[in-house]
Amino acid sequence: MDLTIQGLTHRYDAVEVLSDISLAIPSGRIVCIVGPSGCGKSTLLRMIGGLERPSAGQIMQLGDPPPDCLNPLTFVFQDFALLPWRTVAGNISLVLEDRAVSRQDRADRIADVLARTNLSDFAGALPRQLSGGMKQRVAIARALAVNPAVMLMDEPLSALDAQTRELLMDDLVGLWTRTPFTAVYVTHNLSEAVRLGHRIVVLSRRPGRIREVVGIDTPLDARDATDPELARAQDHLWHLMREEARAADAELAHG
Amino acid sequence: MADPRPVPFRGGGFRPVQKRGVGLLVFILLIAIVEWGTRAGWISSLTLPRPSDVARTLIDLWQSGLLFQHVLPSLSRLAVGSAMGVTAGIGIGVLIGLFSLARAGLVPLVAALFPIPKIALLPLFVIWFGIDEGSKYALIALGTFTPTVVATFGAVDNVDRTLIRMGQSFGLPWLSIVTKIVLPGALPGILSGMRISLSIGIILLVAAEMLGAQYGIGAYILEAGSLYDLERLFAGVVILSALGVVLSWAISRIEARMLRWRS
Ligand SMILES: Nc1ncnc2c1ncn2[C@@H]1O[C@H](COP(=O)(O)OP(=O)(O)OP(=O)(O)O)[C@@H](O)[C@H]1O
Ligand SMILES: [Mg+2]
Repeated sequence: MDLTIQGLTHRYDAVEVLSDISLAIPSGRIVCIVGPSGCGKSTLLRMIGGLERPSAGQIMQLGDPPPDCLNPLTFVFQDFALLPWRTVAGNISLVLEDRAVSRQDRADRIADVLARTNLSDFAGALPRQLSGGMKQRVAIARALAVNPAVMLMDEPLSALDAQTRELLMDDLVGLWTRTPFTAVYVTHNLSEAVRLGHRIVVLSRRPGRIREVVGIDTPLDARDATDPELARAQDHLWHLMREEARAADAELAHG
Repeated sequence: MADPRPVPFRGGGFRPVQKRGVGLLVFILLIAIVEWGTRAGWISSLTLPRPSDVARTLIDLWQSGLLFQHVLPSLSRLAVGSAMGVTAGIGIGVLIGLFSLARAGLVPLVAALFPIPKIALLPLFVIWFGIDEGSKYALIALGTFTPTVVATFGAVDNVDRTLIRMGQSFGLPWLSIVTKIVLPGALPGILSGMRISLSIGIILLVAAEMLGAQYGIGAYILEAGSLYDLERLFAGVVILSALGVVLSWAISRIEARMLRWRS
């Protein structure tokens, strides 16, 4: 299932947040969205996921989601959004309980996603017993459990420390390499973008417009931190963003 | 070069730690002082009864079976009245928390009901619900209802909105979002509201029993008071305090069991 965004514009009252965004999200690819703070990245993602209505423009879905897909557009949140009163398995079960899924199938799916995210030993743990990185892996497992057509990830690693972030990036690359998924991945962090993105969309400061779309052809599992092509891409992205970020900063400071 | 000195410590405190037995010690100390004072004579028997006499009165009450004759009706009034009040309060509180229309319509009403001294309404309740159990149930129900409503809708308001968004983003039906996310998230606030409601329930129970009941702790205390029988009056007060402590302990147990997920 592909998504296309056509002429999307959004206003909060008088403030224009997003302006004329048109973008294709091809199946099986990871599209990263970067841009200065407040440029409307989270807003765009909520609109793609149908949690908010744009003022103008539309988001179209091409083709049908795969037949065993329970929730085509599935979020992974920055702050994990796990229910603190449910165990790891219970949190995953939550999103399956209201579906036409047999008890056995539900248990199988839970066991499968826990195995894929290396969490099988923690099925009975409560969120407060887990580290930040493990919590986010639970959230990723929960998203995988509904077999999404598109994963919508809003800065999923930015609440984590640098080492955990590296490890989780490896995990995501591993997951994608085994079974390619479609994702829209919002981030502040350019090294995450060049590590995970097949396409990187750079937004301007508010109102967010597309400044450039950078494509990286190196396969995900062949990318590493010393790759000069990635370094060049990251440099180019930073060059695009620097002026915007500085200007956005000055605007925020002056209210 | 100045002498090295240790950095002065200025942290610590502001964090309750469990101290076992201190509460009991305070009780024992107070009772011992009163016992000593009444025996030594510097507390006159008109001011306070001797604690050992109060204890003997309680034992007599127990042995004559009169204790249960008074306590059981009181307990059943408290149970029925507060069950009605708390159930209705949680229901209305959740409605207010979930629906803007209910909030707009009912919050002013609750604000108007809250400060009314419910005891003042007892004569009215006697006319509406009869002199028997009905008026007592109604009084306790109304008294426990308002604090429960306020605690419940506050607790629902405080449920983490990102959890609700998460539920919506996974396509959970409305009813599942309410029962699996909103209610468990509001439970801590609802339970701490119940502590307050039940204490108010005990106060109103006694007031209602003083105004018209043959049996009940309130009736017992009123009778003792009008005869100026301090031992029996204090025996009644001890029973009430014990009831308060037991209820508070019961809620703590429920909290410990149902809120194990909090650290
Ligand atoms: N519900 C809302 N009502 C009014 N304004 C909003 C609302 N949500 C976001 N905004 C404004 O819209 C702009 C874009 O917000 P958004 O959260 O999408 O930015 P972002 O790019 O995700 O920022 P960040 O990088 O800090 O996460 C901001 O200026 C924000 O103040
Ligand atoms: Mg954001």
